[in-house]
Amino acid sequence: MIRLILRRLAQAVPLLLVISAIVFALLHAVPGGPLAAYLENPNVRPADIARLREAYGLDRPLLVQYGSWLAAFLRGDWGMSFADGRPVLTRMLERLPATVELAGVAGLVALLLAVAVAVGSAVNRTFDRAASAVAVAGISLPVFWFGLLLQLLLAHRLGWLPSSGRTTFGDSSLGDRLSHLVLPVLVLAFVQAAAWSRYLRRALREVLARPFIRAARTRGIAERDILLRHALPNALGPFVTVVLLDAAMLASGAVVTESVFAWPGIGSLFTEALGKRDYPVLMAFLMLGAAAVVLLNLLADVVVAAIDPRLRESA
Amino acid sequence: MTTPGTVVKRAPRVAAIFLGALILAAIFAPVLAPYATDALDLANRRAAPSLAHWFGTDELGRDVLTRVLFGARVSLAIGLLSALVSVAFGVALGAMAGYSGRRMDDLIMRGTDAVLAIPRLPLLMLAAAVLQPGVPALILLVAAVGWMETARVARAEVRAIAARDFVQGARAIGATPLRVVLRHVLPGVIPAASVATTLAIGRGILLESTMSFFGVGVQPPAASWGNMLYQAQTTMTSEPWLAIFPGLCILTTVLACNAVGDVLSPFDPERTA
Repeated sequence: MIRLILRRLAQAVPLLLVISAIVFALLHAVPGGPLAAYLENPNVRPADIARLREAYGLDRPLLVQYGSWLAAFLRGDWGMSFADGRPVLTRMLERLPATVELAGVAGLVALLLAVAVAVGSAVNRTFDRAASAVAVAGISLPVFWFGLLLQLLLAHRLGWLPSSGRTTFGDSSLGDRLSHLVLPVLVLAFVQAAAWSRYLRRALREVLARPFIRAARTRGIAERDILLRHALPNALGPFVTVVLLDAAMLASGAVVTESVFAWPGIGSLFTEALGKRDYPVLMAFLMLGAAAVVLLNLLADVVVAAIDPRLRESA
Repeated sequence: MTTPGTVVKRAPRVAAIFLGALILAAIFAPVLAPYATDALDLANRRAAPSLAHWFGTDELGRDVLTRVLFGARVSLAIGLLSALVSVAFGVALGAMAGYSGRRMDDLIMRGTDAVLAIPRLPLLMLAAAVLQPGVPALILLVAAVGWMETARVARAEVRAIAARDFVQGARAIGATPLRVVLRHVLPGVIPAASVATTLAIGRGILLESTMSFFGVGVQPPAASWGNMLYQAQTTMTSEPWLAIFPGLCILTTVLACNAVGDVLSPFDPERTA
């Protein structure tokens, strides 16, 4: 097991290096380079730009710049935000809890929903058809539009829920925080559950067609036990990988959902930074997102090997 | 008799017909549209849907149905062309990885993993914010983040086909590697590539609409379904029709693409890793 982890870590390092090179290249593809924000500012004189270029070492060869950028990034020095001059790391850390809260709750709801729908689909054909149709609609939805519609209907028209934000100003009760969570969680969880239920349904059908299930039936085991105790655990193995990989992809979902609902997390920090062309924040976001994907990939391999001995050999 | 079962069975055909009709509607938009693209009806601003304006009018008195029809041209063009470019690129890379030697394979697939690990939508939004692309460049950008899954599928298919006897035979009688790939291997990749294309069209339309919604996609005054929603979000509470109709167009079009893709697909459409 430890050898597996070490081998996967050894593969992750070059991958992260390639990603960091892509992100670094993007930063320098900006017209005007990393100082673009100052070039557009009429109050910044050309002499100041030249001074900044020297101060930031932008006159050195690209490869040297890449090296020092990477070294600084690894030390946790992610530069200063163009928007307010504070360290990028500080800005991201203060937004992190809100995103973890939203993505965590939404992920959990989506997981429960996906398992329930997949099991229900295996039991009842009519439910299966209806659920499959809803799931295709779910993966076809423009997420931001779905959010806008829910906001329009449940917040503005019916007034049941707050339309945006994480809390009402001056109210820090649990009920208030929960009511703010409902809409964004609904959007994020529905879209994710649609994708996951499709995958798990397929996996469950494949397992149910295997000989050991027929053997269990001939032994007279109750249909309910066959489904929940024999088939489901076997289908969940590969599903864990998918869930862990998508957990990182929630980063993309969070950008849209958080922005629509003005949820003060990392995702809305990204769109704010996008509007202000705040490149240090944008770069840090991409690097963090990619690192999360790579690490969760690794975690997925390890978890699957831990729960499914059959996969340990091939891994 | 119409049971739920027959509805599900007919759905892909209905979806294909819908997509065909939509493409025709987009092509003939200038003929079909009830008003000129930028005709301002200042006396009739923010009008709710009516017989004169089926989808209502916007804050400048422009007919929403007309704009949705012209927006379809932009949104569909981005979806279709970006899908073609990304699938062509993905198949080419996948074939190279699958048919060349081990080192080329490793190089291409590790590169694919790296791009796949960067969150797709944020990457795209950042690139669009930096480059401020017009529609042609936007098509290339959307394609640039969509080829990875196709490359993986194509590589797997190419490897499977390359191991078959008829390919070995062609090599034995001295066909050049290029000829073997083009004449014997790639035709076998077509089914998988067409599934990838259908799904990529839907994804491209979704990506365009999301980018435009955040103001980094198609720029006004040109209409796309996404940037109509960008303009609609501020006045959504008072004029919901501005948000509802373009959104419905996106949903039904992407749904139709996914329904067609599901039917064409003998394997898992979503996860090809």
